[in-house]
Amino acid sequence: MSDSVCLAVNGLEKRFGGVVALTDYDIEIRSGELVGLIGPNGAGKTTVFNLLSGVLKPTRGTIFFKGQDITRFRPDQNAVLGIARTFQNIRLFNALSVKDNIKAALHPHMGCGLWKTVLNVPGYRRSERRIEDKSREFLDLLGLLEVENEPAENLPYGLQRRVEIGRALAVNPSLLLLDEPAAGLNPNETEDLIQTIRTLHQRYNLTIFLVEHDMRVIMTICSRIQVLDMGHILAEGDPVSIRKNSRVIAAYLGQPESSAHA
Amino acid sequence: MKRIPLHQIWYFVFVLSGAVFVFIARSTFNEYILSIINFVGIYIILAVSLNITNGFTGLFSLGHPGFMAIGGYMTSVLTFPVAKKAMFLELPGWLSHLALPFLPALLIGGVCASLTAFVIGVPVLRLRGHYLAVATLGFLIIVQVLITNWESVTRGPLGMNGLPALTHLWWVYAWVVITLYVSWKIKFSSYGRSMLAIREDPLAAQCVGTRLFRTRVVSLALGAFFAGIAGGLWAHLVTAITPASFSLVLAFHIVVMVVVGGSGSISGAFVAAVLFSTITELFRPLEESLDAYGIGEILMALILILILIYRPTGIFGTREPGFLTAKST
Repeated sequence: MSDSVCLAVNGLEKRFGGVVALTDYDIEIRSGELVGLIGPNGAGKTTVFNLLSGVLKPTRGTIFFKGQDITRFRPDQNAVLGIARTFQNIRLFNALSVKDNIKAALHPHMGCGLWKTVLNVPGYRRSERRIEDKSREFLDLLGLLEVENEPAENLPYGLQRRVEIGRALAVNPSLLLLDEPAAGLNPNETEDLIQTIRTLHQRYNLTIFLVEHDMRVIMTICSRIQVLDMGHILAEGDPVSIRKNSRVIAAYLGQPESSAHA
Repeated sequence: MKRIPLHQIWYFVFVLSGAVFVFIARSTFNEYILSIINFVGIYIILAVSLNITNGFTGLFSLGHPGFMAIGGYMTSVLTFPVAKKAMFLELPGWLSHLALPFLPALLIGGVCASLTAFVIGVPVLRLRGHYLAVATLGFLIIVQVLITNWESVTRGPLGMNGLPALTHLWWVYAWVVITLYVSWKIKFSSYGRSMLAIREDPLAAQCVGTRLFRTRVVSLALGAFFAGIAGGLWAHLVTAITPASFSLVLAFHIVVMVVVGGSGSISGAFVAAVLFSTITELFRPLEESLDAYGIGEILMALILILILIYRPTGIFGTREPGFLTAKST
């Protein structure tokens, strides 16, 4: 099972008007892999995530998830299939409690429809209990039980990141897309995050695709790294080879004036 | 034996004292006071049901009186005595021989309003924010124009007079309880949480699997159902129905109730509805004696402005008072 293809993307392109945000983008991720996506600002990393989660529709190319063509699926269809994501700028349900943030993500696959809810049938009460139990499992796992009744907007940044990961897990995904999970975290929080991602990866048998600027995170947890620059793939490989890749270094640090300096 | 949770005892106390109140009121108060209490109840239904659409799912709709009009006219046509129908209206054969009891007529009125919401929801709910507000306003105007011009069924601008006076306190407050129950049940359920999630962040809600468009349409239709019921109750309270009753001013009143109470708060919509409808009704005799109309409206607008400045989330925010909600374990 671990060798089966989870995500297969071919020739993906996204244009906004005349601007080409992403072109000739391919990736294949096998189930259980932990892959990183890096690149300078504006390289198109978030565009990749928006295309994979269905927030944007590609101009060209195909996306297959576990053998199914999801190129033109909506985000909610993708979520139900098992693709969950977090956002670069945290997008929680601010006025809702931490627990309700998690529960809202459990509704699409565990909740009841309107009629069952209003008529208060036994099936509805059972599903509410299951949702309650499940939400506590994630709150416990991410160390959020103490703040479960706080409105999400009142939490410090680091905890909000955790809530967002918890909410993504509640979708019951097999592919988790993390968009800069370490952004804005202090070194301790980053260390915790690395542990959390590793734990989740093993416990829930997840395939994880991760955009990150923090090289320590990327280099320690990813088995494979893809580098984007100016909307196309610059390099792909294991952490060691990426670290040594001269084109990658150039893209990050700027092109040397001439090779004579070297 | 299982202990009954405290908040459920409170629900019971409220419903029971409501029933006692209605019982006593009907035997002690005069017609004028009773009609005010009836109007207050109808406003509660309107505010609490708009709160489902506007407060839970965050759809800023001004179309509520439009749904009310559809429900009101539908119910009126259905309950209108057969003899009068022949005199005043030109209805298709089967309808002209039909006079239904109040409850089925009300329900049909509500369902029609709800179906209309499904139909207009498909185009209108693709819009957001201000655009949605303007589009629902357009819907309200279209309904008014249609009613005014469809004279064979609605008697146009004259409206329908001499409707049977079927509405009384039991009818109104039974529907108040039903409206409160349904919206309370939804708010504290999984379904309601997905509505609130849409209000908070539609894109994030969609990314966790919420069916955005469907949930929005359902919440509009649900609000419309109770608006339709309120329209039917209204028509059979004043025993007349005219297109002018379902105006933008009414939309403004209901929206103010939801905003002042706190978008998403059922208790807030309830309290604000009681407060504002009592104010407008109490000021009416004063306005007439001073020959200065509109004092009630001015006061309402003033309260709205003050609330928006000093407490922009409304009296209750999006929450309910603690003693009414289940304690989490």
